[in-house]
Amino acid sequence: MEAVGERKITYDARGLVEPDATVPNVSEVDGATAVFDAAKLTTRQINLELKNLLYERSITDVTVKNPGAKHSLGVGILTRCKITFEGSLGYFGCGVIDGPEVHITGRVGWSACENMMSGVVVIEGNAGSLTGAALRGGDLVVKGRAGARSGIDQKGGLILTMGSVGSMTGFMMQRGRQIICGDAGPGLGDSMYDGTIYVAGKVKALGIDCVPGEWTDADTEYIDRKFGIYGLGSPPEFQKFVCGKKLYNYDNLEPSERKLVL
Amino acid sequence: MCGIAGIIYRDGSRDIGREMTAMLQSMKHRGPDSTGYALFGPPSKTVVMRYKLADANDERDYEFAERLERNRAEVESRLGQLGARVIEVEEETDYALRATIEYDGDLKTLADYVEDVPNCEVLSLGHSLEIVKDLGDAETVSKQYDLDEFNGTHAIGHVRMATESDVDISGAHPYWAYPFADVAVVHNGQLTNYFQWRRRLERSGHRFQSECDSEVIAVYLAEKMSEGLDLEAAMRQSLDELDGVFTYICVTEDALGVAKDEMAAKPLVLYESDDLVALASEEIAIRAIIDHEIDTYDPYEGEVLVWKR
Repeated sequence: MEAVGERKITYDARGLVEPDATVPNVSEVDGATAVFDAAKLTTRQINLELKNLLYERSITDVTVKNPGAKHSLGVGILTRCKITFEGSLGYFGCGVIDGPEVHITGRVGWSACENMMSGVVVIEGNAGSLTGAALRGGDLVVKGRAGARSGIDQKGGLILTMGSVGSMTGFMMQRGRQIICGDAGPGLGDSMYDGTIYVAGKVKALGIDCVPGEWTDADTEYIDRKFGIYGLGSPPEFQKFVCGKKLYNYDNLEPSERKLVL
Repeated sequence: MCGIAGIIYRDGSRDIGREMTAMLQSMKHRGPDSTGYALFGPPSKTVVMRYKLADANDERDYEFAERLERNRAEVESRLGQLGARVIEVEEETDYALRATIEYDGDLKTLADYVEDVPNCEVLSLGHSLEIVKDLGDAETVSKQYDLDEFNGTHAIGHVRMATESDVDISGAHPYWAYPFADVAVVHNGQLTNYFQWRRRLERSGHRFQSECDSEVIAVYLAEKMSEGLDLEAAMRQSLDELDGVFTYICVTEDALGVAKDEMAAKPLVLYESDDLVALASEEIAIRAIIDHEIDTYDPYEGEVLVWKR
């Protein structure tokens, strides 16, 4: 019974945050392109390496190998550049970005491209829930299926999903468009303020105040153009859903636009 | 927040102890309070009982060691009184023990009588199920209980960030579906009709050892299965009858099932191959045991999936 005594429970939250990490400088640089292997790097080191290449060394094309589904990779990149992730990202991948053109060859976890301002993100695999949450602009293309609440609180831009989406997609959407080539789960466009959702497959159930919209030539043109840009072949036939404006109590002007009107 | 993980091999036994540790350790950030395992070894005629007599963070006061010793002897004497032949008692830590017994009587009588010993809680009871849970991260618990050597066909695990009840072993997952042999549950989420179900199940004679809402799922499922439903049907019914947000994984002697609530509020990533099904709150946990590129997806709301070993 020697072991009877205090047992320490070791948990160092600071260890998870890595405040002391430094730029690992492991990339192979060739002109304006760079490649590095992220397998043995921590989240913070990968992001430091990315920012160092893009901001300090004027690299415009970076390839990250083996991201290994780590969380929060490629976040807060505010410059025009090309980033390729050869593998999968975990949660919060490419959040709060403004400008980059990102290609992810694997899948992404929850909250990919949250609050993205502009740029393009193409995901070859599936996406988790909350994909493109609070998206402000740019195009987000998911070639697999997406989870629940895609484009929750979307305020602009486009989310194009080739597969199906889960429940409450476009919940409280305020602007922008979603193109869904597969089926949509229950509660589609629940409490949306504005914006447009196109669905090619079945809709399990519409959310509160989401109603079928009237198709116009502008819709056809928009969808054809986007399918052309991303080389997705000929688009299927879509149904259009918009806000019924029964719950609707706000104007849809940006503050700067409101100033002009007043 | 909590993290859950499950793994089932369809073609025989593997090092599931080591693999589950790797999965849970990679999700440490989801819950550093405690870690738990439910592991299924090869079924045997004997019954394995895992039980604890104190907690890792109990105050080591005057007489603590004597009290443990006394309670330990009392448990063994009570097993004898019920006609169980104790083959072996292994001491995993000073307060957590593993008894191998020969017993063919009623498991509820046994569990009730043993748990009447002060501070004693039966963590698991069954022919192949073993539940190990303690405070700290996966590597700490695995080392303490020597789980690297554990061989078996399927396992579930849990890292806990306590939200609804205390940080102690009673509050840690997985939960054994007292008093049904070889059923265990891990859960990520919160149940809002916990007290209704707890009172309902208590009225039909079940006891609850913890204040944790997840325990109700284990007992609920076992109760439904004892009424004749199979695992999948019981899990489907739980989607209607349990309120709240949840993703839970349930294991029985030969199957592993997962259920997601109607809002898909809690995460789950699923990987399926010919010989293996692995699922976890985050893909990073599945990648911890598979060294090649994998394709995974998230099940949708209200889905129930069951695999047999």
